[in-house]
Amino acid sequence: MGLEYVRISPGFEKYMPKDYVDLVQYGQFGKEVDVQQLGQFKELVEEHPMCAGCFMAYFIRVFYAALPKPEDTIVIGTAGCARLALSQAAVPFIYGNYGDTNAVASGLKRALNIRFPNKEKDVVVMAGDGGLIDIGFGMTMHSWFRRENFTTIMVDNEVYGNTGGQESGMSPKGVQLKMAPKGKQFEKINAVELAKTAGCVYVAKISPTNPKRIAKTVRRAVLAAREFGPTFIHAYTSCNIEYSIPTEKVLEDARKREKQDFGFYEWMTDEVKEFFEQLERAPQEVKA
Amino acid sequence: MPAEIVPGPSGYIPTPAVFEEVELSPPGYGLYLGQIVDELTAMREAARAMLTRRNPTIFPGPKILWGWNAHAMEEAKAILELSAEIPNCRIIPMPDYRPKYPKIDPEAEINPNHPNLTILHNKIEACIFVGVHCHYANLSLRMIRAGTNCFTIALCGELGHEDAMVSIRDLTPEKIRRFKEVLIEVREELGIHHSPTPPPENPSLPQEDFQTLSVLDYGEYSYLLLPRKDEQVTDTE
Repeated sequence: MGLEYVRISPGFEKYMPKDYVDLVQYGQFGKEVDVQQLGQFKELVEEHPMCAGCFMAYFIRVFYAALPKPEDTIVIGTAGCARLALSQAAVPFIYGNYGDTNAVASGLKRALNIRFPNKEKDVVVMAGDGGLIDIGFGMTMHSWFRRENFTTIMVDNEVYGNTGGQESGMSPKGVQLKMAPKGKQFEKINAVELAKTAGCVYVAKISPTNPKRIAKTVRRAVLAAREFGPTFIHAYTSCNIEYSIPTEKVLEDARKREKQDFGFYEWMTDEVKEFFEQLERAPQEVKA
Repeated sequence: MPAEIVPGPSGYIPTPAVFEEVELSPPGYGLYLGQIVDELTAMREAARAMLTRRNPTIFPGPKILWGWNAHAMEEAKAILELSAEIPNCRIIPMPDYRPKYPKIDPEAEINPNHPNLTILHNKIEACIFVGVHCHYANLSLRMIRAGTNCFTIALCGELGHEDAMVSIRDLTPEKIRRFKEVLIEVREELGIHHSPTPPPENPSLPQEDFQTLSVLDYGEYSYLLLPRKDEQVTDTE
């Protein structure tokens, strides 16, 4: 990882697949791109095997476009839908066992600090509601208690989509799913409040309806994690298969949920707020 | 007595060579069909395979494709020199190890998760793996032995690979150039006349032209790229 790893050996330019040549010439490495230019530069993730109309795939696409330094970032995922696209991106990806993503990320971030003391290396965990708040709950919480410097992003599809539709702790109360025919008996876990209580310095909840806003949230979470401590984003990424949302209604559903219970929410500590005030006031002076 | 590691297809999930008593060669030696031989013999047999079998191909991996240090760039240069000396040689790169779904272009690249697809598609019967990290080389070499009749040659910067038909260890740019000299010698012995010719370029199809692409090119999907009117990120709530 690093810019030297995205430089083709002299003489091999004409033997590389066009995709990689484009990635070097028109990609995001070493540049800052505006998420609204999405589609006009070579993206870090393009082909993926996720379902047609998957909103998680869209979120992941915008997430990669928003990374402040993709060449110095490692993404960690786990079992679940997200890793299908994450593992195909042109950013190093580590597959944690189910539930241990935040433990892996803790070790990785510490190792990177030792190996590259003078370089900023970002670690981002992106996993589903099962990986982070159900099965990975203990390790997620303890990484926050320890105030580890990395970002955790929960792509919440409110169901175990890969395995046939079991309810998760994040499924809304009363929802009937294929493998939960009686309906869920308990409330949806309030992950945002848990993150605040556990010591995250930046917490956001978002329904990804606006690419600019997603990008700003991801960027803030990554930058705050570098400087201050754990950060957390709770993103609603519907499962159009298990929740039977027609493909063309997926965005409409996200907007509906945004009005209901996924309104944009952002919280940060005072020092992080001050940091962003300075950073965003003079972006040309402070480079990401 | 170690087993003879010969080109396949040896069937689904072949026994790893290491389970059949094949050992890695000590420094200064190589492996030929699972037996420890001196490095020159290994190089001569590798050269013979590349010169006599159909569609010889070099599969360079990320360790030399990306110019991450001077050593990598020098090895890359040496590999290009070697490829020019092999008649009808092709270069099919393995730029990284990420899965490629729904489909890779087997003429443009090789993937460690299904290297047999590229080999079978291009009818490759002799290949060189170079600059591939050892764990992925092991995976690929065994998969190739399982399902194809390809003669595999591993040029390894570390200890070598038991599952390759020829394995040469402790690779350096100088060693690649020595292999090139041996190859030229064997070529002349075989009476093959060839003047150095670089392999053909990567045949991947032209992709989007990012200099002229605009959001409007995405038609009905452009709404996914542009926010709604009046929807701007406000200050923190």
